[in-house]
Amino acid sequence: MMVEEMNAPLLKADNLSKSFGGIHAVRQVSFEVPTGQIKGIIGPNGAGKTTLFNLITGFYAADAGAIYFNGRTLDGLVPHQVAERGVARTFQNVELFDRMTVLENVMVGRHPKSRAGFISAAFRLSHARREENNIINKATEILNFIGLSERAASPSTSLPFGLQRVLEIGRALATDPLLLLLDEPASGLNAGETRELGRLICRIRDSGITVVLVEHDMSLTMEVCDQILVMDYGRTLAEGSPRDIQQDPEVIAAYLGDEPLA
Amino acid sequence: MIRFLKYTWFQVGSFGLLLALVPLVVTNRYYLNVMIFIGIHTLLVVGLNLLMGYAGQISLGHAAFFGLGAYTSGVLTATYKLSPWPAMVIAVVLTVAVALLVGVPALKLTGYYLAMATLGFGIIVYICFKELVWLTGGPSGLVGIPKLSIGTVVLDEPRTYYYLVWAITLGAIVLSLNIVDSRVGRALRAIHDSEPAARASGIYTARLKIWVFVVSAIYASVAGSLYAHFITFISPSSFDFMFSIKLVTMVVVGGMASIWGAVFGAATLTVLPEVLAVFHDFDIVIFGLILMVVMIFMPQGLTRGALDLWEKYRLQRDVAGGSLSGG
Repeated sequence: MMVEEMNAPLLKADNLSKSFGGIHAVRQVSFEVPTGQIKGIIGPNGAGKTTLFNLITGFYAADAGAIYFNGRTLDGLVPHQVAERGVARTFQNVELFDRMTVLENVMVGRHPKSRAGFISAAFRLSHARREENNIINKATEILNFIGLSERAASPSTSLPFGLQRVLEIGRALATDPLLLLLDEPASGLNAGETRELGRLICRIRDSGITVVLVEHDMSLTMEVCDQILVMDYGRTLAEGSPRDIQQDPEVIAAYLGDEPLA
Repeated sequence: MIRFLKYTWFQVGSFGLLLALVPLVVTNRYYLNVMIFIGIHTLLVVGLNLLMGYAGQISLGHAAFFGLGAYTSGVLTATYKLSPWPAMVIAVVLTVAVALLVGVPALKLTGYYLAMATLGFGIIVYICFKELVWLTGGPSGLVGIPKLSIGTVVLDEPRTYYYLVWAITLGAIVLSLNIVDSRVGRALRAIHDSEPAARASGIYTARLKIWVFVVSAIYASVAGSLYAHFITFISPSSFDFMFSIKLVTMVVVGGMASIWGAVFGAATLTVLPEVLAVFHDFDIVIFGLILMVVMIFMPQGLTRGALDLWEKYRLQRDVAGGSLSGG
């Protein structure tokens, strides 16, 4: 139903609020992410962007408001349950599994789609072996998609930083998400790597996965996003297409400064 | 992947063969007894390594699970005349119950707090062994624990008991190698490397930590039962805080997150006190020193540390050789 309906919201945040002590990190933020789009969330440091991700993925519980995903509330779910529902994410400071290979990192991402437990693993029961093969195949497929198959057996720490970010996206894709949340994926990347990343994000969207992107890098946001939400001091400042945002006087005055965006 | 599997089976097979041959060469009872202790300690350390080395959760009270296995087996067989094998199973069930009771709240803690909680648990269990005199015999110990037997064959010779202990330990090693190289093993290592990323990848970290705690407690309980039926006399001092520390030392010396390292760590630190017997009570000082030296110079453990040193040496030699021929 939902998929057939054009631009039905996959994710809907309704009046979300979260404060830490006296700091209101997120204040009554509402927005929708339509299926199949790339949504950008921009704003200066401390605007509440990462807090928003942590609320959606169940790392924090909201003080008020609700989050609906795929027609159901995410209220009260903890991170692994949110992942099982089909929301995957990356982290601002690249959280890879440092003592694993590139392939193994992606294989961990298959966790919610597999079931083998201690017993079937310890005795190598046939269904666990089959499942393990499926995990390897799927992970290999994903490494091909993100262009890291030649580094499959390398330790993840041996990758240059830009590729570590790509690998983290690959691990998130392994969970077969409906929604992918990217927390500042371009930070620390050079211009060439950022363009490459932009193309990857578009390919992910084209494969049917909805993307939400928190970003500082304007070139990436303006280029790939269908819709942009601007946050400041935990509030929604503006929402619209990249063109609207670039021309929004309030955004220009309050956040971007007086100079118009390139 | 298949090549890797074969490789693992090759390791296990050759290690098993080596173990099977030992009693044919070594007939000295003292040496065989030491080998039995190495087997029991290996079982303990392989289990603790799943918890510490792989999942990265420290336990400073693991001697308590070892003691629970030993005392449950001891009391049920010596006092209540139950036969040893069912007693061993009951010991495992009891240990699982205690591990769940302790693990569910304790594993919500991390780092130092988890260390302190498990430390406290170990001390409480030790005091119970000492003070519940009517049940455990108190500080003077529990005597009259029968030897194990299989069918009508009583395993009262070090040689036969050696085979039993190492068969069980080798089985535990195989199970651990399988667990480590699986979905569950990857999830455990994921918790160690980045708990937030593990959770975001769909791993129910809280439950997995409890399960690996329970599994390592089962290993310790079986080791305890084997220990009790081997020396037939147990007293609280074998299960005190110092023994927990010794187990942690074995894990660290052998190398975190390495099953074969665990075997090595257990063997080294079981043989060492025998060699260091001349130092009497100072052996614990030597343990502390070893732990410090390993942590400072070889934080990966002795096995990995030695390999790294060898690599470094080779690299230097090659570089030196290259510059000579070049100059």
